[in-house]
Amino acid sequence: MARLPRIPTPRKPAEDGDWPARASVPRPRTGAGGDAETAAEPAAGPRTERMERTEQAERAERTARSAPDAPADPDRPAEGAGPDAAPEYDHVLLKSLLGAWALAACSAEETTALESHLTRCGACADEALRLRDAVGLLHHEDSLDLDPTLRSRVLDGCLDRRPARVPIPEWAVPYDAESARLEALLHDMAEAEWRAPVRLRWFDGRASAVRETTVAGVIGHLLAVDGLVAVALGLPDPLAALPLPKAAGPSARTEALWSAGGLPDLEGAFGGVPGAAARPGRAAEARADPEAEAYGGLFTGHAAAPAARAVRARWRDQGHTLLRTISFAGPGVTGLDVAYHDFRLPLKDALLERAFECWVHAGDIAEAVDYPYEPPAGPHLNLMVDLAARQLPGTIAHRRRAGLAAPARRLSAAGAPGRTLHLEVEGAGGGHWYIPLDSPGTAATPEAAVAHVALDGAEFCQLAAGHVPPQEAAAGQEGDREAIRDVLYAAASLSRL
Amino acid sequence: MQQRLARGEAAALSELYDRFAPLVHGLAHRVLDDEDAADSTTRDVFAYVWEHPDAYDPRRGPLRSWIAALTQERAAGRLRRQEREGSPEQIEEKVRTASAAARADYIVTSMPASLRAALELAYFQRRDYRQTAERLGVTEDEARRRLRLGLQLLSSATTRGLPAASAAPPRVPPGVGRPR
Repeated sequence: MARLPRIPTPRKPAEDGDWPARASVPRPRTGAGGDAETAAEPAAGPRTERMERTEQAERAERTARSAPDAPADPDRPAEGAGPDAAPEYDHVLLKSLLGAWALAACSAEETTALESHLTRCGACADEALRLRDAVGLLHHEDSLDLDPTLRSRVLDGCLDRRPARVPIPEWAVPYDAESARLEALLHDMAEAEWRAPVRLRWFDGRASAVRETTVAGVIGHLLAVDGLVAVALGLPDPLAALPLPKAAGPSARTEALWSAGGLPDLEGAFGGVPGAAARPGRAAEARADPEAEAYGGLFTGHAAAPAARAVRARWRDQGHTLLRTISFAGPGVTGLDVAYHDFRLPLKDALLERAFECWVHAGDIAEAVDYPYEPPAGPHLNLMVDLAARQLPGTIAHRRRAGLAAPARRLSAAGAPGRTLHLEVEGAGGGHWYIPLDSPGTAATPEAAVAHVALDGAEFCQLAAGHVPPQEAAAGQEGDREAIRDVLYAAASLSRL
Repeated sequence: MQQRLARGEAAALSELYDRFAPLVHGLAHRVLDDEDAADSTTRDVFAYVWEHPDAYDPRRGPLRSWIAALTQERAAGRLRRQEREGSPEQIEEKVRTASAAARADYIVTSMPASLRAALELAYFQRRDYRQTAERLGVTEDEARRRLRLGLQLLSSATTRGLPAASAAPPRVPPGVGRPR
């Protein structure tokens, strides 16, 4: 797979050759014949110049592709002042100004000197024209906000024409879509935005909690928790090198990664960053540079951009590996459970939960850098709401045991109808869910509904993400207030770091 | 990647899209200057690569260049078909100009970041080369060198195809993968 061209290290001044000098050593000119614009050149003149130009372009292209540091140009010292050059503006200097001149980026004095030189030097005049035309090709990069629905349209179109022999299972598609959306957001972000502080909010069961981290810290969090799915699939744990408490769940894993300030083996991960592999000195440089704080500061606001990119590459690679593994694993894989700290989720639900978290945290990042970020596609949002709705009865029971929810009103036999809350989620991805209130084991039926809560799909997810305190959820409410309170608090309690 | 596409891995197609969609859509948009037409070209290009994973020959250059060349060819073809006004020469001139603009974009995104940063400062942020040098932490000599070299690279957009395209025009069988 092609990589972006590597970013060359800044050259030391000693290596600075005047790049195209070799190709355009000034030819001796007589006073009249030197004006290439108007006077006929000797036959060899233009031809040589063309050849030189081709050579320049080829060399430029080689430089662009492989970007080796230009060798020090041995010709440069030999290149003296042209016959027409003022003492302070020799031909070499004037020629080196051509790019800056074309961009109107030199001083008035330099501009005057160069323009006067152009009337006398055909080679420079030619190049000046070419470079000025090239400026006309510069173009503000359109903000590449690709229509987020384009991805599924393109992929579906492809798969219609040639069905996949190894498809991504339907239940893994939301994870594919959400991780791609986050990746696209990160792709569009400017370097400085990577240092933006990001606030992570959740509801800890009793009150709202908040933690501040960086964009890299959020990606590290996703890497750490996605790692639980990786482990369940028998893939390597990205945090294997860290001292983790036994059965560490999402929070403990994230804290371990954050307090380590990175991953010891992330040095190796620099190889995963485009261009870094060719620079063996890079990791050492990063360590030696106290400004960079490549590891210690990764999640505290001073993240070196390369280190942040390495975390992102690691997260993305892990996501690709998860999807690949799941695609090849076949239907049997759905029998696997993913172990969180104090509960387990079937693989399907765990991956959906990761898709949900990916969206939520992409939203956190987008908010921090003031980008718009849309909710997931309707069908994916629907699956996420469904997962949350299915977790509500168990969460209510859990909160009840902890004294945080009202006691059961009625004892119903398992499977028998019990008091029910009708959860109506509006908008794309919406639907109707019936939540048993007294015990997860009872059957929930529309007839047994004692309360009705209606809210928008994205709003429900904000509640379930802990971004909206349950008492402030913008929900239409009707019926048993205690039941409504218990359900809204349980929804918020699904959130965690 | 190519082998994975050939094996029919949907996950590889997803990765391909995520890696190249901004490039493909950006180039197509530059040629066609129309969102819907750029979307259609994007669909065309990915469908072609997915249906013909063997069309790309790694010996002829990076996948990125090949996809860029394929995009430009598809976009130029679409522009040619949709142009109703003007003589054939005028239409060709328009296609040529649009293609050069797209090649220039590609060259800018593919050039070493040090050159791109210098152009960015001098052109888009209107700094002179001394300020550019200061911002980049390089000598004034180096700033002048980068601006000149960057523009020299860019100027090749009008004279040559994409690096890989000139060496290896995409082998696109007529009528395959595009509505006619």
